[in-house]
Amino acid sequence: MLELLATADPGGTSLAQALLQQVANGIAKGSVYALIAVGYTMVYGVLQLINFAHGEVYMLGAYFSYYPAKWMGYTTDPEDPTFVPAKVPLYVVGFLFVCSMACCALLGMLIERFAYRPLRDSSRLAALITAIGVSLLLQNGGIMLFKADPRGFPTLVEQSSVDLGLVALTNTKIIIVVVAAVMMTGLHLFVQKTRPGAAMRACSFDMRTARLMGVNVDGTIGLTFAIGSIMAAVAGVLVAMDQPTIDPLMGLMAGLKAFVAAVLGGIGSIPGAALGGLLLGVTESVVGTFSTTYAEAVAFVLLILVLLVKPSGLLGKSGREKV
Amino acid sequence: MHRTLLLLVAGVSLAFGVDWFLGEFIEEYVVRIINLCGIAIILAVSLNVINGLCGQFSLGHAGFMAIGAYVSAYFTTTLRVLNTETGETVVRSPLFDGAWGFVPALLIGGMAAAAAGLVVGVPTLRLKGDYLAIATLGFGEIVIIMLTNFESVGAARGLPGLPNYASSFWILTFAWICVVSSVFLQRSTFGRALIAIRENELAAEVMGIRVARLKVMAFIYGAFFAGLAGGLLGHLLRTISPSTFGFMKSIEVVVMLVLGGLGSLTGAIVGAIVLTVLPEALRDVEQQAKLPGIRMVVYALVLILLMIFRPQGIFGQRELSLKLLRRLLPGGRK
Repeated sequence: MLELLATADPGGTSLAQALLQQVANGIAKGSVYALIAVGYTMVYGVLQLINFAHGEVYMLGAYFSYYPAKWMGYTTDPEDPTFVPAKVPLYVVGFLFVCSMACCALLGMLIERFAYRPLRDSSRLAALITAIGVSLLLQNGGIMLFKADPRGFPTLVEQSSVDLGLVALTNTKIIIVVVAAVMMTGLHLFVQKTRPGAAMRACSFDMRTARLMGVNVDGTIGLTFAIGSIMAAVAGVLVAMDQPTIDPLMGLMAGLKAFVAAVLGGIGSIPGAALGGLLLGVTESVVGTFSTTYAEAVAFVLLILVLLVKPSGLLGKSGREKV
Repeated sequence: MHRTLLLLVAGVSLAFGVDWFLGEFIEEYVVRIINLCGIAIILAVSLNVINGLCGQFSLGHAGFMAIGAYVSAYFTTTLRVLNTETGETVVRSPLFDGAWGFVPALLIGGMAAAAAGLVVGVPTLRLKGDYLAIATLGFGEIVIIMLTNFESVGAARGLPGLPNYASSFWILTFAWICVVSSVFLQRSTFGRALIAIRENELAAEVMGIRVARLKVMAFIYGAFFAGLAGGLLGHLLRTISPSTFGFMKSIEVVVMLVLGGLGSLTGAIVGAIVLTVLPEALRDVEQQAKLPGIRMVVYALVLILLMIFRPQGIFGQRELSLKLLRRLLPGGRK
């Protein structure tokens, strides 16, 4: 226990401070979960479908910025260890983010168009299994194309520790929290204040009536997938920047946990996804102070507890069952 | 009762005959695939009772397998100690000695899994559809993470050195028992009640079916056979590790069911055989085409296309029978 505290907090001595540090780390981790969880929650809200492939979109988000960076010569070369890549200028960082977001948005829309749309009228089970199939396809396609071994992601931002008074975080973690907060707020405003956002809410409320009111339902569903995928792409690049390695299986656990976060906050609710993500990240980090391996189980224990006590989640609306 | 006994004897002697035949005339690689098919049949048929008959979508079958595998391995492996003086392994309890000792070990593994099924089933079966699926998925993940943490069962490295007990005879015998009991179950009042729950839970409840109780019973039944299959698989592979029983394994079993047709017993059997043989066949393709990983990609594509073009699976809810074959053959009555 003492060693644990010493490693967690070399300067201080109090448990409270160590825990506070873990809470800060947890907020950074939770921000990523929240960004991914938004995609799950929005798709579930509209289609009542668990989009299992969403974790893979996040993984591909990282790869969609890795490859342009590689082609521009910003990555290390495994065959030539003496090669030192140039420092990535800020406009290239921006370009990598935009490239990854655009590719993922397209990918999300393609998945919806070709895998989920043909099944919109069949049973929800069939759709769920298709989602699992798409997830397997992207994962194994990724292993086939990118090879299974992890790759070093280019250094987009030079990592350094920033002292925030009570806690210290790396600058990349602070960037994660800030970017996630901005994107989540932007998304919330988009959904609440704009016409396409209103169309999304209408579809999630009642798709058939929305169509009768002249809402372009297919377009709106496509938009939902695109936005969810953009958020996942940003999460992918942010995590790759922080880690800094990527591999084709990175989306599996992250996706499952983000889904847990979405259920935790109340599936279908965007503020719920943010809350659930943060809650999950912080709980995991705090438990991780005591045992890193059991921290992996926290998400699933929380999931089962939430489902048993309040299946609609913290901020979700409980639906009536129609007889 | 006579008929049950007769069926059991017939099954055991058939398994014995096949075991002898396989051992004498068939090459080892093929025998191994047949054994894997047998285990897959137990898995698919038992999951069919939960997912197909009762309509409760469970994604935690691999968790029950893991429990069965580890518990039975405890009785066949950990209970042995090496006598340093004579250099022989000594079995602490004669009950678990030798090939016959395998059966009590397997049954205890199955019962442990069934107990887990009871513990998991009672709270989670209140959930419906997707929520049940993710809750059972969560259960499976928790089992794997727990096993990865227990140093006494080898943690992430797993448990090596399981004795070579899972012969074709045992695998086929248990597959036979599983299939026959499923047929009986399907035709019994219990099975009919499960189907009623699947079709309309509310109506079933109104008709006086004790929905909650029967769902848990179906879950326990499935978990028991999953544990048994886990034990068999463990003693066939001879090394078990938590990753053997991951989320993918559960998905694999679900895919077998869906391919054959959810709710069809013969469909489950066909699905189990196809999805055990297909990856092996694709392995050759993979080596020749020099495209490592294409196997799983094809697997995933088949799954997606199947769902889009024939979501009810090959057989739907029908059973493959002589009657159906006769009708499908040219000149048969429609």
